[in-house]
Amino acid sequence: MPETVIEAKGLIKKYGDLEAVAGIDLEVRAGEIFGFLGPNGAGKSTTISMLCTLLTPTAGVARVAGIDVVHDPAAVRQRIGLVFQDPSLDDQLTGRENLEFHAFVYSVPAQDRRRRIDEMLDLLQLADRAASQVKTYSGGMKRRLEIARGMLHQPQILFLDEPTLGLDPQTRKSIWTHLNELRSTKGVTIFMTTHYMDEAEYCDRIAIIDRGKIVALGTPEDLKGLVGGDVVTITSTKPDAAESEIKKLLGVTPVRDNGSLRMEVPDGKAFVPRLVRELEAPVDTVSLRRPSLDDVFLKLTGRVIRDEEVSARDRNRAMASRWMGRRR
Amino acid sequence: MSVETASPTLMTVPAAPVDTRMASLRAIYIIWYRDILRYWRDRWRLVASLAQPLLFLLVFGSGLSSSLGGAFGRGTGISYIQFMYPGIIGMSILFSAIFGAMSIVWDREFGFLKEVLVAPIDRWAVAVGKALGGTTQAMIQGLILLVLAPFVGVKLSLLTVVELVPLAAVLAFGLASFGVAIASMMKSLQGFQVVMNFLMMPMFFLSGALFPLTNLPGWMTWLTRLDPASYGIDPIRRVVLSNSGLPNVNSLGLTINGQVLAIPMEAAIMLAFGAVLLGVAVVMFERRD
Repeated sequence: MPETVIEAKGLIKKYGDLEAVAGIDLEVRAGEIFGFLGPNGAGKSTTISMLCTLLTPTAGVARVAGIDVVHDPAAVRQRIGLVFQDPSLDDQLTGRENLEFHAFVYSVPAQDRRRRIDEMLDLLQLADRAASQVKTYSGGMKRRLEIARGMLHQPQILFLDEPTLGLDPQTRKSIWTHLNELRSTKGVTIFMTTHYMDEAEYCDRIAIIDRGKIVALGTPEDLKGLVGGDVVTITSTKPDAAESEIKKLLGVTPVRDNGSLRMEVPDGKAFVPRLVRELEAPVDTVSLRRPSLDDVFLKLTGRVIRDEEVSARDRNRAMASRWMGRRR
Repeated sequence: MSVETASPTLMTVPAAPVDTRMASLRAIYIIWYRDILRYWRDRWRLVASLAQPLLFLLVFGSGLSSSLGGAFGRGTGISYIQFMYPGIIGMSILFSAIFGAMSIVWDREFGFLKEVLVAPIDRWAVAVGKALGGTTQAMIQGLILLVLAPFVGVKLSLLTVVELVPLAAVLAFGLASFGVAIASMMKSLQGFQVVMNFLMMPMFFLSGALFPLTNLPGWMTWLTRLDPASYGIDPIRRVVLSNSGLPNVNSLGLTINGQVLAIPMEAAIMLAFGAVLLGVAVVMFERRD
């Protein structure tokens, strides 16, 4: 069993009456890619900020690389790499100059500076553009440079807050390839947050967070196992009638999502013909598929994880934490 | 992909203990170096920042010089444009020092400050590095105006330059520290205009850059003596003009209770102001999370 590199117990962060993080326990093992998944405003960024010593917890303990985040934040920072959600590069400087700045403020030994910078530029495929000013970089290149920078002082753990936010799918994929490569060549533990369900599939283990609490934790397969069998979704012009008939006649409780009805059934192939045969309410479309992490999330929280469906309360929470975060 | 199947070579080597004093010095150096690099890279800003002093000298200086004629200077033999020229060097230092140091606010706006503040370095090193960056830029911006000396009838000597460099440094340091202190209290660029209008412009107008600080109304005498820039600009003027064969400039010097202050005294006041403000900036930086 690999050692535990991140450990949190009863971690809480309050902003006034607002509980952004409402008691989180987790353990991350060395060499893992650990994903922190949840909608905007669920408390992901607040949690990662506490683990990175950027925010002080209201209550609870967290140890990162074996060091208490409250007692010795500087020692924690020396051992972790950070990739922030918002850009944090100097775009007047070149890629190499940004890395040099980092090497100085993180006390990378003078004799190793050049070698490590070259190695990271190579690993993240930025060597040919290292002498260009960052303002000429694409979004994906900037992200790669931030990852290279975060790895420069050889951290045990790399924290990334929404590293793929706002990038196109192809670029997102290449970021993942790089992260996997860093894990296998450098043995770094990766802790990242995302609200893209498909990305969570790349992780070894995932914690699903909702309204400041972890609602499920396990491998992607474990979590999909929480949804029993197959997922059947129908749409109907009379969803209310269809819903009550399904409950009465088929003994299944569907979940409403924007006018469609979703249900979990043990054997989808046998269920669909019965459904069509027995329902009197009109059925417009039927789909049948294996469960995804979206289904897990829906099952656990009764909501869909999509940006536009973040409730007003969650949005206020996200805004409050961002605002308070900046004020501190 | 599970943890068990991946068997990466773990870097269990703990981060080597870091000599914190060396780490702070390295941080000061790289923060200063970055400012100089950005300053040097932005040549247009360098050129553009010469436009304002030139405008002042050419239009304001020439205009007032010819309309005042011999009436200016009370028999010191100093023309208005000669009087104003060292003041404009001071103005250039004042604005560049404060603006240079306040680039911290830009760094916050564009995210780079986060990279600096989360680094395992002492906060005081960030404030000092920024103040030294502003000081260096301001000194260059001020001393570059020495090339205009022949056009305003001021003779330069090696002695002038040797004496001027430390005085320019002291003024630049005082105001750069002031800039870092202001920036450490500002949260956004919105406050910038306020600082400009309510701090920098009054500081400039009351500093003696444009007129002698003698025989003023009582309230104004007070304000000009409270303006730290007064103590930085006066010695620059006295050094430049007295080395140019105009020793009477000392009679126009900054007085307290009717006594003209000695140049080392003025420099000491400026240095003390800079040190106090840098202290304020350090405290403000240490407090931020």
